Amino acid sequence: MRRPGDGGVPAPLLVPAVLAVAFLVLPLVGLVVRAPWSDLGSRLVEPAVGQALRLSLVAATLATLLSLLLGVPLAWVLARSRVRGRSVLRALVTVPLVLPPVVGGVALFLVLGRQGIVGSWLYETTGYALPFTTAAVVVAETFVAMPFLVISVEGALRAADARFEDAAATLGADRWTTFRRVTLPLVAPGIAAGAVLSWARALGEFGATITFAGNFPGTTQTMPLAVYLALQSDPEAAIVLSLVLLAVSLATLLLLRDRWLGRAGTT
Amino acid sequence: MTLDARITVRRSGLTVEVELAVADGEVLAVLGPNGAGKSTVLRVLAGLLRPDAGRVVVDGDQLWDAAGVHVPAHQRSLGMVFQDHLLFPHLSATENVAFGLRARGVPRARARAAAEAWLDRVGLGDLGDRRPGRLSGGQAQRAALARALVGDPRVLLLDEPLSALDARTRLTVRAELHRHLAEYRGSAVLVTHDPVDAMALAGRVLVVEDGRVVQSGTPAEVARRPRTDYVARLVGLVLLPGTGSGTSVALEGGGTVAVAEQVTGPVFAVIRPESVALYLERPAGSPRNVWPLRLVSATPHGSVVRCDLAGEVPLTADVTATSFAELGLAPGADVWASVKASEVAVHTR
Repeated sequence: MRRPGDGGVPAPLLVPAVLAVAFLVLPLVGLVVRAPWSDLGSRLVEPAVGQALRLSLVAATLATLLSLLLGVPLAWVLARSRVRGRSVLRALVTVPLVLPPVVGGVALFLVLGRQGIVGSWLYETTGYALPFTTAAVVVAETFVAMPFLVISVEGALRAADARFEDAAATLGADRWTTFRRVTLPLVAPGIAAGAVLSWARALGEFGATITFAGNFPGTTQTMPLAVYLALQSDPEAAIVLSLVLLAVSLATLLLLRDRWLGRAGTT
Repeated sequence: MTLDARITVRRSGLTVEVELAVADGEVLAVLGPNGAGKSTVLRVLAGLLRPDAGRVVVDGDQLWDAAGVHVPAHQRSLGMVFQDHLLFPHLSATENVAFGLRARGVPRARARAAAEAWLDRVGLGDLGDRRPGRLSGGQAQRAALARALVGDPRVLLLDEPLSALDARTRLTVRAELHRHLAEYRGSAVLVTHDPVDAMALAGRVLVVEDGRVVQSGTPAEVARRPRTDYVARLVGLVLLPGTGSGTSVALEGGGTVAVAEQVTGPVFAVIRPESVALYLERPAGSPRNVWPLRLVSATPHGSVVRCDLAGEVPLTADVTATSFAELGLAPGADVWASVKASEVAVHTR
């Protein structure tokens, strides 16, 4: 039997598709071509690069862990519970997905800043101010990245057969035991996919971070901020930093594609 | 000590209203077409669904009533077997069977030992390490039965346990299920749309149609005196228990039935009422299955008359209204019944 693809791709589809590939790939190629390969080694070992990279990796990982800790339970509530107003809740949760990150940063500042609604109380009682600290980087990245995880895990939960949970109940497992021993393992690929997505999103976070956490080398200057700053004074350094980010992203994708993303996509 | 329930569930388009009682050691089949509300009944008995009215009582304990008592599924003593086994895909067969014991607080080693013993009982002793994905359909359903029975529950609920299996596997699993149900001491409820399952496995049958019980009784009673056309079409079969040897089955109630295939051991000879022919005189020629019987009752349904026949080999026969009139039969009449050997099906029991 002839499959629809056997006749080749019609030109009205082929031409835009080729353009799309070129559009997506050429900038990356440009990055690689223009890289200062001759003194790449010496630039990479500069302490500022290591500092920014380390901060980026640590903050993105912490933001992902925080997203998992809070986001997986939220996804369960959205997918499984019969709480009233779930659709409103889901809409609210997805707002950070479409909100410009700078706006998110401003909003965080208004709530958690030293004069903010929660922040002023925190400062008065403990003397601790969150903005412009590494913790603020994690908070800003979590704010932007968590919706990716919630959406991904909620989708996995909806796709998972809820009758497994019925079966667990008939075997004497309460809802918490069922969640831990049945639901969580069933949606593990979806959780992993969501975690990778939010990690990547957190790694690239710029707007909310620079607004809420500032741009202090060593404490809040993550790789994207360093790239932006370098571009204004030393473009070659910006290219090197960008290359590092590109390599980290590609490595993550390759490492996890077969193990998690592929499986989550097919099941 | 019994399972005793009266259940009303109102859903858009269908109101399920069923009353049932199952004694210890008894198997009740709830038989009906898809969408009749059978599974709804089972979900209420399991505690997975709250009914709109009624009560569910097991061994005198109220598990649900309209006054607000609701014991959730995980606090009930029950085992449930689902149509497509629903073994947890991330756990091995042994871990699946041990799951209920672990959830109820049994220490790991003891739960594992009990699970392995049960897997042995269902013939999967050497497959305990396999994940469900690497078990055949029949093996998975056996493991699911072991998982349901391992805690020795007071109530066993079976939701179409055989309908996802292919025809051949179905026969062997049905025979094994029959054996385990015979050993089970609690109350069992089997939901099925297959009259053969109901008649082979259950001591009593509840026929449900559009959410209501249209008939109940022993399988033989229901088959012999169907109260509605639907029941007549659904459960016309006669199951005759006996022991096979060669091409004949020696019936437990006396008499033999000739069959077309080679059979050995305990079997059911299954005869459809439309394959029974009735005569006033002994039929000429030499058909192997000919018995002199007496007509006990005749019930018209549709264009045929269901005849309940007593004698050495009790049968039901469907004859057309025309030939029924031509034969001039009335209850109490003596008739000859014949069945071709090739029209007798044999099921292992």
